[in-house]
Amino acid sequence: MKVFYFLLIFALLIIGNSAFVAKFSFQEQFQMLKDISLGAMSVFSSILAILATANFLPKDMEDRTIYTILAKPVPRISYLLGKLIGILLLLSLAILLMTGLFLAVLWFQEQGVLSETRAQLAGGSPEELAAALQEVAAATFNINLVPGIAIIFTKAALLAALTLFLSTFASSALFTILMAAAIYFIGHLQATAREYLMAGMDVDWWMRVLVGVVALVFPDLQAFNFVDDVIAGVAVPSVLFIETLALGGMYVAVYFLLAALVFSGREL
Amino acid sequence: MILRRTLAVGLLAAFGAATLPFQARLAAEAKAANFRSTELNLGLRERIGQMGFLAALSGFRSPLAAFLWIEAHSAWEATEWGRMAGLFNTVTTLQPRSILYWDMAAWHMAWNASVAAMQDEKQPSEALRIRAQRQYFDLGRDFLERGIRNNPDRYQLYLQLGVLLRDKYEDFCGAAAAFLKASEFPDAPAYLPRFAGYMMAKCPGREREAYELLKSLYLQGEKHRLPTLVNVLHEMEKKLDIPAAQRVDSQDSGAPAPDEHP
Repeated sequence: MKVFYFLLIFALLIIGNSAFVAKFSFQEQFQMLKDISLGAMSVFSSILAILATANFLPKDMEDRTIYTILAKPVPRISYLLGKLIGILLLLSLAILLMTGLFLAVLWFQEQGVLSETRAQLAGGSPEELAAALQEVAAATFNINLVPGIAIIFTKAALLAALTLFLSTFASSALFTILMAAAIYFIGHLQATAREYLMAGMDVDWWMRVLVGVVALVFPDLQAFNFVDDVIAGVAVPSVLFIETLALGGMYVAVYFLLAALVFSGREL
Repeated sequence: MILRRTLAVGLLAAFGAATLPFQARLAAEAKAANFRSTELNLGLRERIGQMGFLAALSGFRSPLAAFLWIEAHSAWEATEWGRMAGLFNTVTTLQPRSILYWDMAAWHMAWNASVAAMQDEKQPSEALRIRAQRQYFDLGRDFLERGIRNNPDRYQLYLQLGVLLRDKYEDFCGAAAAFLKASEFPDAPAYLPRFAGYMMAKCPGREREAYELLKSLYLQGEKHRLPTLVNVLHEMEKKLDIPAAQRVDSQDSGAPAPDEHP
Protein backbone atom coordinates (compact mmCIF):
# COMPACT_ATOMS: atom_id res chain seq x y z
CA MET A 1 0.00 0.00 0.00
CA LYS A 2 2.87 2.35 0.84
CA VAL A 3 4.16 1.85 -2.69
CA PHE A 4 1.01 3.38 -4.07
CA TYR A 5 1.32 6.45 -1.84
CA PHE A 6 4.84 6.92 -3.16
CA LEU A 7 3.64 6.42 -6.72
CA LEU A 8 0.86 8.92 -6.22
CA ILE A 9 3.30 11.54 -4.95
CA PHE A 10 5.67 10.69 -7.80
CA ALA A 11 2.88 11.04 -10.37
CA LEU A 12 1.74 14.36 -8.94
CA LEU A 13 5.31 15.59 -8.86
CA ILE A 14 6.14 14.84 -12.48
CA ILE A 15 2.78 15.81 -13.92
CA GLY A 16 2.80 19.00 -11.84
CA ASN A 17 6.34 19.68 -12.95
CA SER A 18 5.36 19.23 -16.59
CA ALA A 19 2.61 21.81 -16.27
CA PHE A 20 4.83 24.22 -14.36
CA VAL A 21 7.76 24.17 -16.76
CA ALA A 22 5.63 24.67 -19.88
CA LYS A 23 7.06 28.19 -20.30
CA PHE A 24 10.62 26.90 -20.71
CA SER A 25 12.31 25.84 -23.94
CA PHE A 26 11.78 22.19 -24.85
CA GLN A 27 15.38 21.32 -23.94
CA GLU A 28 14.88 22.87 -20.50
CA GLN A 29 11.53 21.11 -20.08
CA PHE A 30 13.04 17.71 -20.86
CA GLN A 31 16.09 18.38 -18.70
CA MET A 32 13.94 19.37 -15.72
CA LEU A 33 11.54 16.50 -16.20
CA LYS A 34 14.49 14.09 -16.14
CA ASP A 35 16.14 15.89 -13.20
CA ILE A 36 13.02 15.82 -11.08
CA SER A 37 11.69 12.41 -12.12
CA LEU A 38 14.91 10.47 -11.79
CA GLY A 39 15.87 12.36 -8.64
CA ALA A 40 12.47 11.58 -7.15
CA MET A 41 12.79 7.97 -8.27
CA SER A 42 16.11 7.72 -6.45
CA VAL A 43 14.73 9.37 -3.30
CA PHE A 44 11.49 7.38 -3.21
CA SER A 45 13.12 4.03 -3.88
CA SER A 46 15.67 4.69 -1.11
CA ILE A 47 12.99 5.79 1.36
CA LEU A 48 10.78 2.86 0.42
CA ALA A 49 13.66 0.40 0.82
CA ILE A 50 14.41 1.69 4.34
CA LEU A 51 10.84 2.16 5.58
CA ALA A 52 9.42 -1.09 4.24
CA THR A 53 12.35 -3.24 5.38
CA ALA A 54 12.61 -1.66 8.82
CA ASN A 55 9.05 -2.70 9.57
CA PHE A 56 9.35 -6.36 8.56
CA LEU A 57 10.77 -7.93 11.72
CA PRO A 58 9.07 -5.69 14.34
CA LYS A 59 5.71 -6.16 12.60
CA ASP A 60 6.10 -9.93 12.40
CA MET A 61 7.01 -9.98 16.07
CA GLU A 62 4.13 -7.73 17.04
CA ASP A 63 1.67 -9.83 15.03
CA ARG A 64 3.39 -12.99 16.32
CA THR A 65 3.58 -14.25 12.74
CA ILE A 66 7.28 -14.88 13.14
CA TYR A 67 6.66 -17.44 15.91
CA THR A 68 4.19 -19.35 13.75
CA ILE A 69 6.65 -19.45 10.88
CA LEU A 70 9.76 -20.30 12.87
CA ALA A 71 7.94 -22.94 14.92
CA LYS A 72 7.87 -24.96 11.70
CA PRO A 73 11.07 -26.41 10.24
CA VAL A 74 11.90 -23.16 8.46
CA PRO A 75 15.55 -22.13 8.84
CA ARG A 76 15.95 -18.53 9.99
CA ILE A 77 18.11 -17.78 6.96
CA SER A 78 15.23 -18.88 4.69
CA TYR A 79 12.87 -16.61 6.57
CA LEU A 80 15.22 -13.66 6.08
CA LEU A 81 15.83 -14.59 2.45
CA GLY A 82 12.07 -14.58 1.87
CA LYS A 83 11.87 -11.11 3.39
CA LEU A 84 14.76 -9.84 1.24
CA ILE A 85 13.33 -11.29 -1.96
CA GLY A 86 9.96 -9.78 -1.08
CA ILE A 87 11.37 -6.30 -0.64
CA LEU A 88 13.46 -6.62 -3.80
CA LEU A 89 10.34 -7.55 -5.76
CA LEU A 90 8.49 -4.64 -4.21
CA LEU A 91 11.31 -2.26 -5.15
CA SER A 92 11.42 -3.66 -8.70
CA LEU A 93 7.70 -3.12 -9.07
CA ALA A 94 7.86 0.41 -7.67
CA ILE A 95 10.79 1.38 -9.90
CA LEU A 96 9.18 -0.20 -12.96
CA LEU A 97 5.95 1.70 -12.34
CA MET A 98 7.79 4.97 -11.74
CA THR A 99 9.88 4.38 -14.88
CA GLY A 100 6.74 3.65 -16.88
CA LEU A 101 5.09 6.81 -15.65
CA PHE A 102 8.19 8.90 -16.28
CA LEU A 103 8.62 7.53 -19.80
CA ALA A 104 4.94 8.06 -20.57
CA VAL A 105 5.11 11.74 -19.50
CA LEU A 106 8.37 12.19 -21.41
CA TRP A 107 6.82 10.59 -24.49
CA PHE A 108 3.72 12.81 -24.33
CA GLN A 109 5.89 15.89 -23.96
CA GLU A 110 8.07 14.78 -26.85
CA GLN A 111 5.02 14.21 -29.07
CA GLY A 112 3.74 17.68 -28.19
CA VAL A 113 7.05 19.31 -29.10
CA LEU A 114 7.37 17.22 -32.28
CA SER A 115 3.94 18.25 -33.55
CA GLU A 116 4.68 21.90 -32.69
CA THR A 117 7.98 21.66 -34.57
CA ARG A 118 6.28 20.07 -37.59
CA ALA A 119 3.69 22.85 -37.64
CA GLN A 120 6.33 25.58 -37.29
CA LEU A 121 8.54 24.19 -40.05
CA ALA A 122 5.74 23.14 -42.39
CA GLY A 123 6.97 25.43 -45.18
CA GLY A 124 10.68 24.63 -44.72
CA SER A 125 12.92 22.11 -46.41
CA PRO A 126 12.61 18.42 -45.47
CA GLU A 127 16.27 18.42 -44.32
CA GLU A 128 15.62 21.33 -41.98
CA LEU A 129 12.56 19.62 -40.57
CA ALA A 130 14.39 16.32 -40.14
CA ALA A 131 17.27 18.07 -38.33
CA ALA A 132 14.84 19.87 -36.00
CA LEU A 133 12.94 16.66 -35.24
CA GLN A 134 16.19 14.86 -34.59
CA GLU A 135 17.21 17.59 -32.16
CA VAL A 136 13.96 17.14 -30.24
CA ALA A 137 14.36 13.36 -30.17
CA ALA A 138 17.96 13.65 -28.99
CA ALA A 139 16.88 15.84 -26.07
CA THR A 140 14.34 13.28 -24.83
CA PHE A 141 15.17 9.58 -24.82
CA ASN A 142 18.66 8.45 -24.14
CA ILE A 143 19.77 4.84 -23.83
CA ASN A 144 21.93 5.81 -20.83
CA LEU A 145 18.76 6.26 -18.81
CA VAL A 146 18.50 2.45 -18.63
CA PRO A 147 21.77 1.84 -16.70
CA GLY A 148 20.96 4.95 -14.63
CA ILE A 149 17.66 3.43 -13.52
CA ALA A 150 19.26 0.00 -12.99
CA ILE A 151 21.74 1.62 -10.62
CA ILE A 152 18.88 3.33 -8.75
CA PHE A 153 17.46 -0.15 -8.15
CA THR A 154 20.87 -1.49 -7.06
CA LYS A 155 21.24 1.30 -4.53
CA ALA A 156 17.74 0.67 -3.18
CA ALA A 157 18.49 -3.08 -2.95
CA LEU A 158 21.67 -2.32 -1.02
CA LEU A 159 19.75 -0.08 1.39
CA ALA A 160 17.10 -2.78 1.84
CA ALA A 161 19.73 -5.41 2.70
CA LEU A 162 21.48 -2.96 5.03
CA THR A 163 18.21 -2.14 6.79
CA LEU A 164 17.42 -5.84 7.11
CA PHE A 165 20.81 -6.33 8.76
CA LEU A 166 20.19 -3.42 11.17
CA SER A 167 16.73 -4.70 12.02
CA THR A 168 18.12 -8.06 13.17
CA PHE A 169 19.61 -6.45 16.27
CA ALA A 170 17.59 -3.24 16.58
CA SER A 171 15.08 -2.92 19.38
CA SER A 172 12.48 -1.05 17.32
CA ALA A 173 11.58 -0.07 13.77
CA LEU A 174 12.23 3.58 14.60
CA PHE A 175 15.77 2.82 15.72
CA THR A 176 16.38 0.86 12.50
CA ILE A 177 15.05 3.73 10.38
CA LEU A 178 17.18 6.30 12.16
CA MET A 179 20.28 4.13 11.90
CA ALA A 180 19.67 3.45 8.21
CA ALA A 181 19.09 7.16 7.52
CA ALA A 182 22.32 8.05 9.33
CA ILE A 183 24.23 5.42 7.36
CA TYR A 184 22.63 6.76 4.19
CA PHE A 185 24.15 10.19 4.77
CA ILE A 186 27.49 8.86 6.02
CA GLY A 187 27.62 6.46 3.07
CA HIS A 188 27.62 9.42 0.70
CA LEU A 189 30.77 10.67 2.39
CA GLN A 190 32.49 7.29 2.50
CA ALA A 191 34.38 7.99 -0.73
CA THR A 192 35.94 11.10 0.82
CA ALA A 193 36.97 9.14 3.93
CA ARG A 194 38.39 6.34 1.76
CA GLU A 195 40.46 8.76 -0.32
CA TYR A 196 41.73 10.36 2.88
CA LEU A 197 42.64 6.96 4.33
CA MET A 198 44.31 5.66 1.20
CA ALA A 199 46.29 8.88 0.70
CA GLY A 200 47.97 8.10 4.07
CA MET A 201 47.86 11.67 5.34
CA ASP A 202 49.74 12.60 8.46
CA VAL A 203 46.89 13.28 10.91
CA ASP A 204 46.08 12.55 14.55
CA TRP A 205 45.49 8.88 15.45
CA TRP A 206 41.87 9.45 16.42
CA MET A 207 41.18 11.10 13.10
CA ARG A 208 42.78 8.15 11.30
CA VAL A 209 40.61 5.73 13.33
CA LEU A 210 37.47 7.73 12.56
CA VAL A 211 38.22 7.90 8.86
CA GLY A 212 39.14 4.20 8.87
CA VAL A 213 35.84 3.22 10.48
CA VAL A 214 33.85 5.27 7.96
CA ALA A 215 35.85 3.90 5.02
CA LEU A 216 35.69 0.26 6.09
CA VAL A 217 32.30 -0.16 7.73
CA PHE A 218 30.05 2.07 5.62
CA PRO A 219 29.07 1.47 1.99
CA ASP A 220 30.16 3.90 -0.72
CA LEU A 221 26.78 5.23 -1.78
CA GLN A 222 28.28 7.87 -4.08
CA ALA A 223 29.32 4.99 -6.33
CA PHE A 224 25.61 4.47 -7.05
CA ASN A 225 24.82 8.08 -7.98
CA PHE A 226 25.02 7.66 -11.73
CA VAL A 227 21.76 9.25 -12.49
CA ASP A 228 22.79 12.90 -11.95
CA ASP A 229 25.45 12.57 -14.62
CA VAL A 230 23.34 10.35 -16.88
CA ILE A 231 20.72 13.10 -17.03
CA ALA A 232 23.44 15.52 -18.08
CA GLY A 233 24.17 13.27 -21.05
CA VAL A 234 27.23 11.39 -19.82
CA ALA A 235 27.51 7.93 -21.38
CA VAL A 236 27.88 5.02 -18.96
CA PRO A 237 30.81 2.75 -19.90
CA SER A 238 29.67 -0.89 -19.76
CA VAL A 239 32.64 -1.95 -17.58
CA LEU A 240 31.84 0.72 -15.01
CA PHE A 241 28.17 -0.23 -15.08
CA ILE A 242 28.86 -3.94 -14.58
CA GLU A 243 31.42 -3.31 -11.84
CA THR A 244 29.01 -1.01 -10.00
CA LEU A 245 26.27 -3.65 -10.24
CA ALA A 246 28.78 -6.20 -8.93
CA LEU A 247 29.69 -3.93 -5.99
CA GLY A 248 26.01 -3.48 -5.19
CA GLY A 249 25.44 -7.23 -5.44
CA MET A 250 28.36 -7.91 -3.10
CA TYR A 251 27.02 -5.44 -0.54
CA VAL A 252 23.56 -7.04 -0.71
CA ALA A 253 25.05 -10.53 -0.23
CA VAL A 254 27.31 -9.46 2.64
CA TYR A 255 24.58 -7.55 4.49
CA PHE A 256 22.23 -10.49 4.05
CA LEU A 257 24.76 -13.01 5.38
CA LEU A 258 25.57 -10.78 8.35
CA ALA A 259 21.85 -10.37 9.02
CA ALA A 260 21.51 -14.16 8.98
CA LEU A 261 24.48 -14.48 11.36
CA VAL A 262 23.01 -12.05 13.90
CA PHE A 263 19.43 -13.26 13.50
CA SER A 264 20.40 -16.92 14.03
CA GLY A 265 21.50 -16.07 17.58
CA ARG A 266 18.69 -13.69 18.42
CA GLU A 267 16.31 -14.67 21.20
CA LEU A 268 12.74 -14.29 20.04
CA MET B 1 24.26 -12.13 20.88
CA ILE B 2 26.86 -9.42 21.62
CA LEU B 3 29.55 -11.72 20.30
CA ARG B 4 27.63 -12.23 17.06
CA ARG B 5 27.08 -8.48 16.63
CA THR B 6 30.77 -7.79 17.23
CA LEU B 7 31.69 -10.54 14.81
CA ALA B 8 29.27 -9.08 12.24
CA VAL B 9 30.81 -5.61 12.51
CA GLY B 10 34.30 -7.16 12.31
CA LEU B 11 33.34 -9.10 9.19
CA LEU B 12 31.82 -5.95 7.71
CA ALA B 13 35.09 -4.07 8.29
CA ALA B 14 37.03 -7.00 6.78
CA PHE B 15 34.77 -6.88 3.71
CA GLY B 16 35.32 -3.12 3.53
CA ALA B 17 39.09 -3.59 3.73
CA ALA B 18 39.05 -6.34 1.09
CA THR B 19 37.01 -4.26 -1.35
CA LEU B 20 38.79 -0.95 -0.66
CA PRO B 21 41.11 -1.20 -3.70
CA PHE B 22 38.15 -2.24 -5.89
CA GLN B 23 36.10 0.70 -4.64
CA ALA B 24 39.02 3.07 -5.24
CA ARG B 25 39.46 1.70 -8.77
CA LEU B 26 35.76 2.07 -9.43
CA ALA B 27 35.86 5.70 -8.26
CA ALA B 28 38.85 6.35 -10.53
CA GLU B 29 37.05 4.74 -13.49
CA ALA B 30 33.96 6.83 -12.76
CA LYS B 31 36.04 10.02 -12.70
CA ALA B 32 37.76 9.02 -15.93
CA ALA B 33 34.32 8.55 -17.50
CA ASN B 34 33.40 12.08 -16.31
CA PHE B 35 31.15 10.93 -13.49
CA ARG B 36 31.29 12.43 -10.02
CA SER B 37 32.90 15.65 -11.28
CA THR B 38 30.92 17.97 -9.02
CA GLU B 39 33.04 19.81 -6.48
CA LEU B 40 31.06 19.88 -3.25
CA ASN B 41 33.07 22.46 -1.35
CA LEU B 42 32.51 25.24 1.16
CA GLY B 43 31.85 27.78 -1.60
CA LEU B 44 28.88 25.75 -2.79
CA ARG B 45 27.78 25.17 0.81
CA GLU B 46 27.56 28.96 1.31
CA ARG B 47 25.54 29.43 -1.85
CA ILE B 48 22.94 26.71 -1.43
CA GLY B 49 22.61 26.63 2.34
CA GLN B 50 22.90 23.74 4.73
CA MET B 51 19.83 21.83 3.56
CA GLY B 52 20.73 22.24 -0.07
CA PHE B 53 24.27 21.10 0.60
CA LEU B 54 22.98 18.08 2.49
CA ALA B 55 20.70 17.26 -0.44
CA ALA B 56 23.61 17.62 -2.88
CA LEU B 57 25.77 15.39 -0.69
CA SER B 58 23.02 12.80 -0.52
CA GLY B 59 22.76 12.32 -4.23
CA PHE B 60 19.98 14.76 -5.07
CA ARG B 61 22.06 17.14 -7.12
CA SER B 62 19.91 17.03 -10.23
CA PRO B 63 16.54 17.87 -8.61
CA LEU B 64 18.25 20.64 -6.65
CA ALA B 65 19.78 22.00 -9.87
CA ALA B 66 16.35 21.90 -11.55
CA PHE B 67 14.77 23.74 -8.64
CA LEU B 68 17.45 26.46 -8.72
CA TRP B 69 17.09 26.71 -12.50
CA ILE B 70 13.39 27.48 -12.07
CA GLU B 71 14.38 30.11 -9.49
CA ALA B 72 16.84 31.58 -12.00
CA HIS B 73 14.03 31.73 -14.55
CA SER B 74 11.93 33.70 -12.07
CA ALA B 75 14.89 36.03 -11.59
CA TRP B 76 15.04 36.46 -15.36
CA GLU B 77 11.37 37.41 -15.49
CA ALA B 78 12.11 40.02 -12.82
CA THR B 79 15.28 41.06 -14.74
CA GLU B 80 17.44 40.47 -11.67
CA TRP B 81 20.63 39.83 -13.62
CA GLY B 82 23.00 39.66 -10.66
CA ARG B 83 20.84 37.10 -8.87
CA MET B 84 20.58 35.13 -12.07
CA ALA B 85 24.33 35.00 -12.46
CA GLY B 86 24.69 33.72 -8.89
CA LEU B 87 22.05 31.05 -9.40
CA PHE B 88 23.61 29.99 -12.70
CA ASN B 89 26.93 29.61 -10.94
CA THR B 90 25.33 27.31 -8.40
CA VAL B 91 23.40 25.28 -10.96
CA THR B 92 26.46 24.75 -13.13
CA THR B 93 28.48 23.75 -10.06
CA LEU B 94 25.83 21.18 -9.16
CA GLN B 95 25.51 19.81 -12.69
CA PRO B 96 28.82 20.58 -14.43
CA ARG B 97 28.19 17.95 -17.09
CA SER B 98 24.94 19.46 -18.27
CA ILE B 99 25.68 21.32 -21.52
CA LEU B 100 22.25 22.96 -21.44
CA TYR B 101 22.90 24.80 -18.16
CA TRP B 102 26.26 26.22 -19.28
CA ASP B 103 24.89 27.17 -22.68
CA MET B 104 21.76 28.87 -21.35
CA ALA B 105 23.66 30.64 -18.57
CA ALA B 106 26.10 32.05 -21.11
CA TRP B 107 23.29 33.06 -23.45
CA HIS B 108 21.36 34.87 -20.71
CA MET B 109 24.46 36.78 -19.63
CA ALA B 110 26.01 37.63 -23.00
CA TRP B 111 22.79 38.29 -24.91
CA ASN B 112 19.96 39.21 -22.55
CA ALA B 113 21.76 40.81 -19.61
CA SER B 114 24.20 42.68 -21.86
CA VAL B 115 21.37 44.19 -23.93
CA ALA B 116 19.51 45.13 -20.75
CA ALA B 117 22.68 46.80 -19.42
CA MET B 118 23.05 48.79 -22.64
CA GLN B 119 19.42 49.92 -22.47
CA ASP B 120 19.51 50.70 -18.77
CA GLU B 121 17.65 54.00 -18.43
CA LYS B 122 18.86 54.47 -14.87
CA GLN B 123 22.42 54.79 -16.11
CA PRO B 124 22.90 58.08 -17.96
CA SER B 125 26.56 57.51 -18.75
CA GLU B 126 27.01 55.65 -22.01
CA ALA B 127 30.56 54.73 -21.05
CA LEU B 128 29.31 52.98 -17.93
CA ARG B 129 26.56 51.24 -19.89
CA ILE B 130 29.12 49.97 -22.38
CA ARG B 131 31.32 48.83 -19.52
CA ALA B 132 28.41 46.92 -17.95
CA GLN B 133 27.61 45.39 -21.31
CA ARG B 134 31.21 44.20 -21.70
CA GLN B 135 31.12 42.74 -18.22
CA TYR B 136 28.09 40.64 -19.16
CA PHE B 137 29.84 39.50 -22.34
CA ASP B 138 32.74 38.43 -20.15
CA LEU B 139 30.40 36.60 -17.80
CA GLY B 140 28.89 34.72 -20.72
CA ARG B 141 32.33 33.87 -22.03
CA ASP B 142 33.40 32.73 -18.57
CA PHE B 143 30.43 30.33 -18.39
CA LEU B 144 31.33 28.87 -21.76
CA GLU B 145 35.02 28.52 -20.95
CA ARG B 146 34.30 26.86 -17.60
CA GLY B 147 31.72 24.67 -19.32
CA ILE B 148 34.35 23.59 -21.84
CA ARG B 149 36.80 22.77 -19.06
CA ASN B 150 34.12 20.53 -17.52
CA ASN B 151 33.02 19.05 -20.85
CA PRO B 152 36.08 18.88 -23.07
CA ASP B 153 34.63 15.83 -24.83
CA ARG B 154 31.61 17.60 -26.36
CA TYR B 155 31.47 20.07 -29.24
CA GLN B 156 28.42 22.16 -28.29
CA LEU B 157 30.11 24.67 -25.99
CA TYR B 158 33.01 25.23 -28.39
CA LEU B 159 30.37 26.07 -31.00
CA GLN B 160 28.64 28.52 -28.65
CA LEU B 161 31.98 30.09 -27.73
CA GLY B 162 32.66 30.60 -31.43
CA VAL B 163 29.27 32.28 -31.87
CA LEU B 164 29.88 34.52 -28.84
CA LEU B 165 33.35 35.55 -30.01
CA ARG B 166 32.02 36.23 -33.50
CA ASP B 167 28.86 38.13 -32.59
CA LYS B 168 29.75 39.91 -29.37
CA TYR B 169 33.53 40.39 -29.44
CA GLU B 170 34.08 40.38 -33.20
CA ASP B 171 37.13 38.28 -32.40
CA PHE B 172 37.18 36.35 -35.65
CA CYS B 173 40.49 34.63 -34.96
CA GLY B 174 39.19 33.31 -31.63
CA ALA B 175 35.89 32.32 -33.23
CA ALA B 176 37.76 30.45 -35.99
CA ALA B 177 39.75 28.51 -33.40
CA ALA B 178 36.58 27.63 -31.45
CA PHE B 179 34.65 26.51 -34.56
CA LEU B 180 37.63 24.53 -35.77
CA LYS B 181 37.92 22.79 -32.42
CA ALA B 182 34.17 22.03 -32.41
CA SER B 183 34.40 20.63 -35.94
CA GLU B 184 36.97 18.05 -34.83
CA PHE B 185 34.38 16.08 -32.84
CA PRO B 186 32.96 13.06 -34.65
CA ASP B 187 29.34 14.04 -33.91
CA ALA B 188 29.80 17.72 -34.85
CA PRO B 189 27.44 19.20 -37.45
CA ALA B 190 28.76 19.42 -41.01
CA TYR B 191 28.50 23.22 -41.11
CA LEU B 192 31.19 23.77 -38.48
CA PRO B 193 34.23 23.56 -40.80
CA ARG B 194 32.52 26.14 -43.03
CA PHE B 195 31.99 28.41 -40.04
CA ALA B 196 35.65 28.01 -39.14
CA GLY B 197 36.61 28.90 -42.70
CA TYR B 198 34.43 32.04 -42.77
CA MET B 199 35.97 33.27 -39.53
CA MET B 200 39.50 32.45 -40.66
CA ALA B 201 38.85 34.49 -43.78
CA LYS B 202 38.30 37.51 -41.53
CA CYS B 203 41.30 36.76 -39.31
CA PRO B 204 44.38 38.75 -40.38
CA GLY B 205 47.20 36.44 -41.43
CA ARG B 206 45.03 33.34 -41.84
CA GLU B 207 43.50 34.19 -45.22
CA ARG B 208 45.53 31.60 -47.12
CA GLU B 209 44.61 28.91 -44.58
CA ALA B 210 40.95 29.95 -44.83
CA TYR B 211 41.06 29.73 -48.59
CA GLU B 212 42.62 26.25 -48.52
CA LEU B 213 40.03 25.06 -46.01
CA LEU B 214 37.04 26.48 -47.85
CA LYS B 215 38.32 25.22 -51.18
CA SER B 216 38.78 21.73 -49.77
CA LEU B 217 35.18 21.84 -48.52
CA TYR B 218 34.01 23.08 -51.90
CA LEU B 219 35.79 20.21 -53.61
CA GLN B 220 34.06 17.72 -51.29
CA GLY B 221 30.86 18.18 -53.25
CA GLU B 222 27.46 19.78 -53.37
CA LYS B 223 26.69 19.60 -49.66
CA HIS B 224 29.24 22.35 -48.92
CA ARG B 225 28.66 24.46 -52.04
CA LEU B 226 26.43 26.97 -50.36
CA PRO B 227 26.14 30.53 -51.67
CA THR B 228 28.01 31.99 -48.69
CA LEU B 229 30.91 29.62 -49.15
CA VAL B 230 31.13 30.27 -52.88
CA ASN B 231 30.98 34.04 -52.33
CA VAL B 232 33.69 33.96 -49.68
CA LEU B 233 35.84 31.78 -51.92
CA HIS B 234 35.49 34.25 -54.77
CA GLU B 235 36.40 37.13 -52.49
CA MET B 236 39.42 35.23 -51.22
CA GLU B 237 40.52 34.39 -54.77
CA LYS B 238 40.52 38.07 -55.60
CA LYS B 239 42.23 39.04 -52.37
CA LEU B 240 44.92 36.36 -52.64
CA ASP B 241 45.24 36.85 -56.38
CA ILE B 242 44.67 33.19 -57.18
CA PRO B 243 45.43 32.38 -60.85
CA ALA B 244 42.28 31.95 -62.94
CA ALA B 245 43.03 28.32 -63.73
CA GLN B 246 43.04 27.44 -60.04
CA ARG B 247 39.82 29.25 -59.14
CA VAL B 248 36.59 27.46 -58.32
CA ASP B 249 33.79 27.41 -60.84
CA SER B 250 32.25 30.90 -60.95
CA GLN B 251 28.91 29.43 -62.01
CA ASP B 252 28.34 28.25 -58.43
CA SER B 253 28.15 31.76 -56.99
CA GLY B 254 24.90 33.05 -55.55
CA ALA B 255 23.34 35.11 -52.82
CA PRO B 256 24.56 34.60 -49.25
CA ALA B 257 22.56 31.96 -47.42
CA PRO B 258 20.61 33.53 -44.56
CA ASP B 259 20.49 30.28 -42.60
CA GLU B 260 24.23 30.00 -42.18
CA HIS B 261 24.16 31.48 -38.69
CA PRO B 262 22.89 29.39 -35.77
